[in-house]
Amino acid sequence: MSECPCRKELLNQINEASFAVDDVKLYLNTHPWDDEALVYFQEYSRIRNEALKEYAKHYGPLTIDTASLSCEEQWDWIDAPWPWQEGGC
Amino acid sequence: MWNYEKRLQYPVKITQTNPKIAQIIITQFGGPDGELAASMRYLAQRYTMPYNEVTGTLTDIGTEELAHLEMICAIVHQLTRNLTPEEIEKYGFDKYYVDHTLALWPQAASGAPWTATYFQSKGDPITDLHEDMAAEQKARTTYDNILRLVKDPEICDPIRFLRKREIVHYQRFGESLRIVQEHLDSKNFYAINPEFDIRQTCDCPQHK
Repeated sequence: MSECPCRKELLNQINEASFAVDDVKLYLNTHPWDDEALVYFQEYSRIRNEALKEYAKHYGPLTIDTASLSCEEQWDWIDAPWPWQEGGC
Repeated sequence: MWNYEKRLQYPVKITQTNPKIAQIIITQFGGPDGELAASMRYLAQRYTMPYNEVTGTLTDIGTEELAHLEMICAIVHQLTRNLTPEEIEKYGFDKYYVDHTLALWPQAASGAPWTATYFQSKGDPITDLHEDMAAEQKARTTYDNILRLVKDPEICDPIRFLRKREIVHYQRFGESLRIVQEHLDSKNFYAINPEFDIRQTCDCPQHK
């Protein structure tokens, strides 16, 4: 297994890439012909999905689509703190 | 449909409770220009919107508003968690507490309950997009008003993020209005209502 990445760093990476995706998605809705924005979307969407998978493997899932990576033996979707709680994301 | 993502759009980490400020900020949960009304407005308006760019904008901004609602609720929760009866009395939280204890409930800062009359879904794209642009500006003003009262940097930081998103959404709705107008008669934008007077036809191959 690969070395365990820092939880805080990984979460920052997820938050930053997700924000880039959220923001450029709105821009692309009203500028669907902008190729540069499309390349930007693809790049950050890839970073986001990889970081979400990596996070799920080490610290539990943030999305239901990555839950299968960490809960092979037991259901862990409810284990990590909720976002508004101490230690949450 | 929607899937839940177990993280906030922008982090909220508040270490000091402040029930007085919580009663102000809760207005962005259930107040007239709050995030709940924003989300319901856009998600309600999208069904009859005839232009894909605008339907997508209403869907994605309506979805982002749910994430903002969650951030506001996290802020209010962290400002009120573990309060003692003495603190509740001292900071004037008693009138909220008696009905809701420390739970979240959508109300304005005045105590008025959330109501669907805070928004309109008029079924005319020009009318609805003007409402949407105004709503983003009203929410921006509310965040500016909150920022004048709040000193704690742990509260200001996520509130500033939310304020900036209002400006971005205003921009996207402005572009949406331009897209709608490009589909209409440039000599008279009001000649027809494209949500009513143009009958939608199905382009699916099996119906051709």
